[in-house]
Amino acid sequence: MRDVSPGRAGGLAATLTVPGRLDVELTAGPGDVVAVVGPNGAGKTTLVQALAGLQPAAGEQWLAGADLTGVPPQERHVGVVFQDQRLFPNLSALENVAFGPRARGVAAGASRAVARDWLDRLGVGGLAGRRPGELSGGQAQRVAIARALAADPALLLLDEPFTGLDVGVAAALRVELAGHLAGYRGVTVLVTHDAIDALTLATTVAVLDGGRLMQVGPPSEVAARPRTEHVARLVGLNVIRDGDRFRAFTPSAVAVSLHEPDGSARNRWSGTIRSAAPHGGAVRLQVHAGHDLIADVTPAATRELGLAPGRRVWLSVKETAITAY
Amino acid sequence: MTGATAHDVPRPRRRARDSLGRPPLVLLLPAVVAVLLLVSPLVTMVVATDPSSLAAAAGSPAVADALWLSFITSTAATVICLVLGLPLAWMLARVDFPGRRLVRSLVIVPMVLPPVVAGIALRTAFGRSGLLGEPLLATTGFAFPYTTWGVVLAHVFVALPFVVISMEGGLRAAGSGYDAAAATLGASRWLTFRRVTVPLALPGIAAALVLGWARSLGEFGATITFNGNYPGITQTMPTLIYVERQSDTDAVLALSLIMLAVSVGVLVALRDRWLVTA
Repeated sequence: MRDVSPGRAGGLAATLTVPGRLDVELTAGPGDVVAVVGPNGAGKTTLVQALAGLQPAAGEQWLAGADLTGVPPQERHVGVVFQDQRLFPNLSALENVAFGPRARGVAAGASRAVARDWLDRLGVGGLAGRRPGELSGGQAQRVAIARALAADPALLLLDEPFTGLDVGVAAALRVELAGHLAGYRGVTVLVTHDAIDALTLATTVAVLDGGRLMQVGPPSEVAARPRTEHVARLVGLNVIRDGDRFRAFTPSAVAVSLHEPDGSARNRWSGTIRSAAPHGGAVRLQVHAGHDLIADVTPAATRELGLAPGRRVWLSVKETAITAY
Repeated sequence: MTGATAHDVPRPRRRARDSLGRPPLVLLLPAVVAVLLLVSPLVTMVVATDPSSLAAAAGSPAVADALWLSFITSTAATVICLVLGLPLAWMLARVDFPGRRLVRSLVIVPMVLPPVVAGIALRTAFGRSGLLGEPLLATTGFAFPYTTWGVVLAHVFVALPFVVISMEGGLRAAGSGYDAAAATLGASRWLTFRRVTVPLALPGIAAALVLGWARSLGEFGATITFNGNYPGITQTMPTLIYVERQSDTDAVLALSLIMLAVSVGVLVALRDRWLVTA
C-alpha cells in the first residue's frame, strides 16, 4: 500500500499520471524542498502543471491533509512561480502581489498591506508602483515569488526560477530564496536544471527522466551516486550503468593516452574526443567511447598529446578510483 | 509617396527590411494595383462632388435625421454586440466545450450570407408572422419590422459575427497563461475575466467593436429588406443614399462624401489608440 501519511499530516503525497508524459509518485513533508532535476522533455513542467491542477492528471493528490484529487487550481492553495513569471502586465507590482489575497476575499487595504510586506521581504518594496514591463529580470522574479507566497500556499512550485537571469543576479537570488524557503512551513517543489540549486536549496532531489522518477534522495546521496547520465553530467561525474549496478568515477581519475594502456582489462575505453574546454585549472575532454565520458587533463598534457576534437584516445581508470553501488 | 510612411516607421526597422533587398516586381506591382483600385474611386468621388451641393446636403433635415439614426442604431448595435459578443468570444477562446467548432461555424454563417438574404431570414424569424415575431407580437404588442429597433436588430445580425470572430482572435492573442496564473492565486473565472483577461485583450476587443460599428454603419441590404425606408424611423444614411441615387446625382455624391468623411474620421480617431497592428 502507498503511504499517504505525509499528505495527511501537512506535507504532500501525490501519484500523478499523464498518459505518455508523466507517471510519478512523490511524497514530501512540511518544510521539505524537493528539487526536480532532469533533461529537457523529462516532464518537469508537466509535473508542476499537474501539481497546480492546470494539467489534468489521473491519480491522487493529498496536500496538508486535504484531498486535492480533481480539485480545480483556484481551490488548491498551490502557489506557482512560472518559468515566464506571468506577472499581470496591466497591474503594478503591488497589485500583482495583492491579487492572491484579494481573490481569496481579503479586504483591499489588508491585501495591499500583505503585498507591501512581501515585497519588502523580497527586497523590492521600493518598486511597488512599477508595472512588470518596468522591472528587470531579477526584480520581476522577486515580485513573482512574493506574489506566490502572499497567497499563503501550502505547496510552492518554482519552475526554473533562475533561468534567464544574469549569473550574478541568479546567485544573489539563490541565497535569498534559501533564506525564505528555510522559514517556509509548506512544501516546496523546485524545478531546476542547475546542480547548484539542487545541492544548495533542496532537502530532497528527485530525478525525472522520460516522465518517471529515476532517483529520489538527499542531495549529497544523489550527487555522489547518480543513477542517470543527466545527473552524472550535472554533478560532473562519469557513471556507467551495468544492469542495476552503477559505477561512478571522477573526471580527474581518468588517465588519457594515445595508445592502449596495459593492466586491468575492464576499466578502459577507446573513443573519439568530442570537445575540449577549460575547466578550472584543467582541460575537460568529452569523449565518446560507447558511453559519453569526461576526463580532466592538464593543459600541458593537452598540448603534448595533441588532444583536440576528432582525435582517437584511450581512457583508463584504476579500480580503486571507482565507486560501485 | 514614401514621405509619409518614412516618418511613421522607425528607422532601424526600415533599414532591416531594406537589407533583405528590393521587393520583387512580381509582388510590388499587384500591391500597387491593389492600392490604386481601393483609392481611386474614393478620390474621383471627392473630385466629382460639387461643393455647393455638399453644403446643401449637410444642411438638409433629411440628411441630419438619417445621419443621426445611423449613428444611434450603429452605436446601439455595437453595445449589444459587446454585451452578447464578448461572452461568446470568451467561450470560444477559453472553454473547451463539446461542439465548439460547430458553434463557431454557425456564428460565421451570417458573415458570408448576402445581406438581403439576411433580411429575408430575419423576417421569417422576427417578422409580424414570423416564428418568434408572432408570439412576441401577441404577448407584448411589439414587432421589430419597420421600427428603429428592427434596424438595430438587423445591424446586430450582420455585425455580430465580425465582432465575435475578431474578439476571439484578440482573446487568443492575449494568451491563456495569465488566466492560469490568476487561477493558481485563487481567482474565480469571473474575477479573472474582469481583472486579467479583458484588460489584456482590450486592444483586440476595441478593434473588434470598431470593426462592428463600421460594418453596422454601412449596413444596407438587411436593413431595407427587413425594415423598409421610413425617414426618421428606419432610414439610415445608406438607405437614404440608395433612394436619392434614383433622382439627384449631386445630392448622392454629397451624401456619400459625408459617409466617407465620417468613416475615415472614426478610423483616424481610433487608429493610434486601438488599431495598432503588431
